[in-house]
Amino acid sequence: MINIWEVKETNKMIEQENLDVRTITLGISLLDCIDSDLQKLNENIYNKITRVAAGLVKTGEEIERNYCIPIVNKRISVTPIALVGQAACKTPKDFVEVAKTLDRAAKTVGVNFIGGYSALVSKGMTKGDRDLICSIPQALSVTERVCSSVNVGSTKTGIDMDAVKLMGEIIHKTAEATKENDSLGCAKLVVFCNAPDDNPFMAGAFHGVTEEDAIINVGVSGPGVVKKALEQVRGENFEALCETIKKTAFKITRVGQLVAQEASRRMGVPFGIIDLSLAPTPAVGDSVAEILEEIGLEYAGAPGTTAALALLNDQVKKGGIMASSYVGGLSGAFIPVSEDQGMIDAVEAGALTLEKLEAMTCVCSVGLDMVAIPGDVPPATISGIIADEMAIGMVNQKTTAVRLIPVIGKGVGETVEFGGLLGHAPVMPVNRHGCEGFISRGGRIPAPIHSFKN
Amino acid sequence: MEKKADRTIITVVGKDTVGIIARVCTYLAENGINVLDISQTIVQGFFNMMMVVDMKGASKPFGQCAKELEQAGEEIGVSIKCQREEIFNKMHRI
Repeated sequence: MINIWEVKETNKMIEQENLDVRTITLGISLLDCIDSDLQKLNENIYNKITRVAAGLVKTGEEIERNYCIPIVNKRISVTPIALVGQAACKTPKDFVEVAKTLDRAAKTVGVNFIGGYSALVSKGMTKGDRDLICSIPQALSVTERVCSSVNVGSTKTGIDMDAVKLMGEIIHKTAEATKENDSLGCAKLVVFCNAPDDNPFMAGAFHGVTEEDAIINVGVSGPGVVKKALEQVRGENFEALCETIKKTAFKITRVGQLVAQEASRRMGVPFGIIDLSLAPTPAVGDSVAEILEEIGLEYAGAPGTTAALALLNDQVKKGGIMASSYVGGLSGAFIPVSEDQGMIDAVEAGALTLEKLEAMTCVCSVGLDMVAIPGDVPPATISGIIADEMAIGMVNQKTTAVRLIPVIGKGVGETVEFGGLLGHAPVMPVNRHGCEGFISRGGRIPAPIHSFKN
Repeated sequence: MEKKADRTIITVVGKDTVGIIARVCTYLAENGINVLDISQTIVQGFFNMMMVVDMKGASKPFGQCAKELEQAGEEIGVSIKCQREEIFNKMHRI
């Protein structure tokens, strides 16, 4: 039988170390909503989302009450809208109408974000894909809860450099379109390489076409718990360090697994995956950077950071994988800048640069995430940064992503305030040497040699 | 067929005072909740109690019991928490 010390340990994690379930994300297929009439398409989408997700928020709250574990977000991901909307949407403006429908449906069911305003163009773009991408700046400026993502490359297909070029411009236009709010629209826009079909985390969540009609995916969290556990092995060797991370990751993931199974049972929707990510928040004691400091670095970004992050990521996976029957999504440690107080401190101390962050993305689960850059950085430079990050993902057969925020009207040294879970961020300097000639070549970068495995 | 046990962990944490256990147990008895196990300890002057209870015969739904116990705790200056047992089993047992 469970003893009092085990009960106390669990409750201490929840009450003092910010253990929570970061998100229950309900993936919904919209493939059966497709219609060639735009109004009918919008009706179908609204009706399906509000029907399938009707009980999502209530179910999440019931589970919170039953186990006294906070479930911070209840969210929805849908089939990439470029696929769903192509038959009806003939212009970017038509796609914006679909974005508004998603926003309305999200508000009706009470979720804070809905992901899937997306296009998958890792090899090339159809006219519909291009129209959706071109509609992103407007779609993100007229909606509140819609999140957008574009997959521009994969290990199997290479990188669509036309899409990379276009996304540099789109990110810039989105920043312009939302400049009244510190270019907040860009915080809801991710560019991916090797995007997973079952990611529960925003802004990059979408419901892949390989998935069934509806599915529950859960993202766990808990950097604070790992940090506290590591305080107990301060100064000990790497074996002790790794063992501690693994055991802690196991415990965190088991809670996620329980919540996922409960949500699945109560809603009558199959369980998909657990995403084993250490997802920080701006709250003190809920930071991945603080774990890196506890491992022995003065700040995240100091020499040794990439190695420390590599072992952290690996041990989280090793501990988590045994705790859940299905693991997927992004699974690893997130290193967003604005959403992690330790990262913000590291940037402000001059310890963490964009180039070091890029190196870190080679060994962690995602990429350049929530990085604020000066608003006058040209689109071609943004495309260059995207291309670098996509190449890391393509060659290393992993997911990489870019969520950059060119803050219009602000420069290096200034700070942007996004509020809530998105936090605040110091504007970081960018290498200003040009890459126009590279980006404007057009076409695609071929898939790497090691992708040919058949 | 007899209903399956519905095990819940009640934890009580706070400053030690007369009648904490009595107050909690009275509530449980009045609401058809059976106590299976109690363990208790004092850590740094703080009263820590864990009860394993079976709620299969409870006269009220889980959420309401949890809320009423929480209120009862506030009245006597302790924090009372109800959690279904699975969260602990999942975390601490393979």
